[in-house]
Amino acid sequence: MTGSAAPLIEVVGLEKDYPTGAGVFQALRGVSLDIAEGEFVAIMGASGSGKSTFMNLLGCLDRPTRGIYRLGGQEVSRLSSDRLAALRNREIGFVFQGFNLLPKLSALDNVALPLLYAGMDREARRQQAQSMLARVGLDERSHHTPLQLSGGQQQRVAIARALASRPRLILADEPTGNLDSETSRQVMDFFSQLNREEGITLVLVTHEADIAAYAQRRIRFQDGRVVEDQTHAEAVA
Amino acid sequence: MIFSSLIETAWHALTAHRMRSFLTMLGMVIGVAAVILMLAIGQGAQAMVRSAIESMGSNLFIIMSGATSSGGARIASGSAPTLTLEDADAIRALPDIVAAAPVTPGGAQLIYGGVNWSTSVYGTTPDYAVVRDWTVASGSFFNEADVRRGARVVVIGDVVARELFGDEDPVGKIIRIKQAPFEVIGVLAAKGQSLDGRDQDDTVMVPFSSAQQKIFSGSLRNRARFIMVQAVSEKSMDNAEAAINDLLRSRHRIQAGQDDDFTVRNLTAIAETAASTTRIMSLLLGAIAAISLVVGGIGIMNIMLVSVTERTREIGIRMAIGARRRDVLWQFLIEALTLSLIGCGIGLLLGIGGAWLVGSLAGLPVAVTVVSVLLAVGVSFLIGVFFGFYPARRAAGLDPIEALRAQ
Ligand SMILES: Nc1ncnc2c1ncn2[C@@H]1O[C@H](COP(=O)(O)OP(=O)(O)OP(=O)(O)O)[C@@H](O)[C@H]1O
Ligand SMILES: [Mg+2]
Repeated sequence: MTGSAAPLIEVVGLEKDYPTGAGVFQALRGVSLDIAEGEFVAIMGASGSGKSTFMNLLGCLDRPTRGIYRLGGQEVSRLSSDRLAALRNREIGFVFQGFNLLPKLSALDNVALPLLYAGMDREARRQQAQSMLARVGLDERSHHTPLQLSGGQQQRVAIARALASRPRLILADEPTGNLDSETSRQVMDFFSQLNREEGITLVLVTHEADIAAYAQRRIRFQDGRVVEDQTHAEAVA
Repeated sequence: MIFSSLIETAWHALTAHRMRSFLTMLGMVIGVAAVILMLAIGQGAQAMVRSAIESMGSNLFIIMSGATSSGGARIASGSAPTLTLEDADAIRALPDIVAAAPVTPGGAQLIYGGVNWSTSVYGTTPDYAVVRDWTVASGSFFNEADVRRGARVVVIGDVVARELFGDEDPVGKIIRIKQAPFEVIGVLAAKGQSLDGRDQDDTVMVPFSSAQQKIFSGSLRNRARFIMVQAVSEKSMDNAEAAINDLLRSRHRIQAGQDDDFTVRNLTAIAETAASTTRIMSLLLGAIAAISLVVGGIGIMNIMLVSVTERTREIGIRMAIGARRRDVLWQFLIEALTLSLIGCGIGLLLGIGGAWLVGSLAGLPVAVTVVSVLLAVGVSFLIGVFFGFYPARRAAGLDPIEALRAQ
């Protein structure tokens, strides 16, 4: 990583208001930060502090109320919903706490789904999805449906899906929240390896310190603001 | 997203809920089958009426002996018919008339060799062939001279030719009608069914005079039960009818205020009424069936709406990994279309099969036409698009975050 390169994620004064019965609720109150390409960031904070809201904005699933978000130098808030869909498809991979696989589709078809929306033809989709499943160690299970897989296996399928279109950024909102500690460790090891060996930028929300310890940088949210932002080196120092 | 992938995705979704897909389709299946069947019956009836009308001849009157009554014409029992050969000649001489043929219909047993056949016998004149636009398939019709001298010649209908002669050529053969020998001089071209459902080819025709002597043994005193008249054109029919009435009243010496002893009917007008009645009937049948098609479409919309609600989370997931709104729109639209077109296909098969059954078992005339098949397919397609669009737009309009949060 060179200091002169533009950051992958550039956030300035980001705010998000939710309309509620009793007026607007300010879930984010001016978040500014940069994340460089290749970073591995853990986001922590109490429940309701705005972590998921922030992740949804980073993931282009939602638009900020105020503030600027640039992804790869591109101002995102002004893009059409089709362009946002394309960004989600090509630049970003999501891993959710609840896996979010399509229950009627096989593991292989789940992994191939983003490639479908990328316009890839059937054979190419299957090949690429199969190789992604192999990377998460599930190539033998490609025809199982999610219900025929354990939680850890389902999360690995979800990770394979997030990787399928070879995105630069993976956003994971409590990816180990539903997993036991042994399975969590395996998933985190895999994330670390991806980050180390392929330079994929990872932003991960977690409540647990030992999960956050895998990251090089920790950002703490409180009441919609960043209250702490330290690199691993600083923390150790 | 590639079109084939859309089809594949729709297929996946539909086969994942087989029972529901089937039940959704059922409305469409029944609607299309009903449309095909009803149109087949309606068009079959129309085709039958059309061919019966074509076989009837054009611009026709029938003048019946006897005063007008609700059922047609009535003759006082025991008295002879009131119309004569001379009446027919006088009518033919009127300005707007092409031909006028007196007819005495009756039944008789025909014998050729060892074969018996009972059929109707018409005593008439060569004008009958003109009026009915009826040609001979072989031989010839009898002429005026045959009528004048009461020749024992007969022209036989297609069915009679087949029944009595089989593969033999009937022309020149002698058959017996009520014991009297007649020479077959012609075989009539086939005409098929008449408007009232009789087989017009099961008949024979003999000269008017010969019928009077040999078949009715003089009992009719040279009178005709009816006279068939052809006018020169449809426009002239009203004038012709008035002229015929005047002529017959003066010939029959009917005083002013006295009832006619004959009845004139405009057959062409009756035929047109029959044609428009069947047209309306077939439209009605089609309309009723079309309603069931629309109901089928509403069924599809209903289930698609339920399906969108149930699959909100799926839609959210698809959007999160890169589905554009139009991809989601197409996915649900194609699902609705696939349902309606598969339903249409099954309905077509059922409808065509049903029409065939109705035709062969109930003996109704049916006609499944290319037009009605195209109509059913086209309408199903439109229904799929129309009723699929609203649920699809709903799906496409979902907010990804909220969709993802749905249970
Ligand atoms: N759609 C919404 N409408 C109104 N309020 C919302 C909405 N989404 C989130 N909020 C509120 O915004 C705040 C932040 O929510 P968010 O989901 O970002 O929290 P979080 O940090 O992810 O919490 P957790 O650790 O429990 O997942 C919460 O107080 C929540 O109630
Ligand atoms: Mg959260």
